[in-house]
Amino acid sequence: MTALIVAEVTESALAPSTAKALTAALQIGGGVHILVAGKNVGPAAEAAAKLSGVEKVLVADGAAYGHHLAEPLAALIVGLAGGYDAILAPSTSSSKNVLPRVAALLDVAQVSDIIKVVSADTFERPIYAGNAIQTVRSKDAKKVITVRTASFTATGEGGSAAIEAIGAGSDPSVSSFKSEALAKSERPELTAAKIIVSGGRGLASSENFKEYIEPVATRLGAAIGASRAAVDAGYAPNDLQVGQTGKVVAPDLYVAIGISGAIQHLAGMKDSKVIVAINKDEEAPIFQVADYGLVADLFPTLKELDAELAKAGR
Amino acid sequence: MKVLVPVKRVVDYNVKIRVKPDGSGVDVANVKFSMNPFDEIAVEEAIRLKEAGKATEVVLVTIGPAKADETLRSGMAIGADRGIHVKTDELVEPLAVAKILAKIVAEEAPGLVILGKQAIDDDSNQTGQMLAALLGWGQGTFASKVEITEGSVDVTREVDGGLQTVTLKLPAVVTTDLRLNEPRYASLPNIIKAKKKEVAAKTPADYGVDITPRLEVLKTAEPPARKAGIKVGSVPELLEKLKTAGVL
Repeated sequence: MTALIVAEVTESALAPSTAKALTAALQIGGGVHILVAGKNVGPAAEAAAKLSGVEKVLVADGAAYGHHLAEPLAALIVGLAGGYDAILAPSTSSSKNVLPRVAALLDVAQVSDIIKVVSADTFERPIYAGNAIQTVRSKDAKKVITVRTASFTATGEGGSAAIEAIGAGSDPSVSSFKSEALAKSERPELTAAKIIVSGGRGLASSENFKEYIEPVATRLGAAIGASRAAVDAGYAPNDLQVGQTGKVVAPDLYVAIGISGAIQHLAGMKDSKVIVAINKDEEAPIFQVADYGLVADLFPTLKELDAELAKAGR
Repeated sequence: MKVLVPVKRVVDYNVKIRVKPDGSGVDVANVKFSMNPFDEIAVEEAIRLKEAGKATEVVLVTIGPAKADETLRSGMAIGADRGIHVKTDELVEPLAVAKILAKIVAEEAPGLVILGKQAIDDDSNQTGQMLAALLGWGQGTFASKVEITEGSVDVTREVDGGLQTVTLKLPAVVTTDLRLNEPRYASLPNIIKAKKKEVAAKTPADYGVDITPRLEVLKTAEPPARKAGIKVGSVPELLEKLKTAGVL
């Protein structure tokens, strides 16, 4: 069998998440091809060809794919699907948009966000925001799968696959790109960050959120998150919300500051490798999942943390 | 323009779900159910379009057990006009949901379908995209802003790293993200009024859709438990521990 991976391309570069989806594809077994679609994606194609275990890289270079619009991209993938037993992509906002469209056009049930390959047709995936893990067997002949990147290590380099240019697929012409506003923040993106510093209702105001959370996050090179309570209270914007109805994250280090640990928040961050909780309420549920807890008054503690990190050269 | 809003009855987001000890699934007996939070945002958006004079009617659809009627009523209590209840006690996967919705779209001819981006129970994040695929329509997923213009809709989407705005020909499918709006609360008079609104009772068979699952659930398990760690006494001690753990 052969699998096709839809590469994640950021501008002209291959995103690291692609190599993680590759790991899942190699575990399924059989050959692996990578589709690199976008505009001026030569560098991404070359990077994909170097990944270990890749047999062939297909390149669809054209303006139609420049903004990853679901409609033309899905049409392109469906056109190629006949030659593949499985189609995979890292679970990014782009593939979450495109792959279900592909699955429906192929009349296949997609398996979303797999965290483990049990066998060629059986996978583990989280439901209820990770509060339960389901083992599912796909009965479809062709599999369409998105891969949760936090659960797979990246496959290394060492390959030298052939790169083959392919023609554009049909464009359904129902959508067009208008504009984009990509955050210019120096901070990493919340779902891709290695460290996240999150603030909760304990911060008590948006001014405090800015004054106390931001410097610590900057020193750690961290993304900033927030609990739903903090967002609802207007201390932080909605797009920072971590939780069941916000972003689900799994960084190496998650620092929860003034967050009590409501179920809906825990659901969004409990897969983090190391969790730190700083809260003045000793009974706060967040301490039940924290590896390191510090019961302390937030504001002096954050000032001290900032100063200690500065001392440590961060 | 008619707006169709599919809604799902799910375990309330505040409930800590329990996995059945025999691994057969999640225990949903005696827990609170609510409308999927992303679907509430979809209903709210449709009502705002109606209030702005862009939409003429807001029609809700739910596919689920008898009790999903409550979900329809809660959407009608904040302003949706009528409902369609496709009754089934079976688990219906996103692909089959999309197929049923496509049939309803053919009957109702809405100008826009707004759905939640994902249901917080199965977390699939598929139905809207699948529906758009089956209809051959454009899709504006993870929307944080929806602007109807003449014959098209501009959808601002939350993508990794920022926002992307796409223009879709109408009719189109939109799926909601959290930032799109803040759903209103229903007033008591409107809750009472919603009980009298029209709900059409249907079954999947009425639409000729085979809802046999394509995914066989072999097991449902608890995630590996996280143990509470240790309490540290000071900031320097905390940083020391984090260095030792290799995360700083």
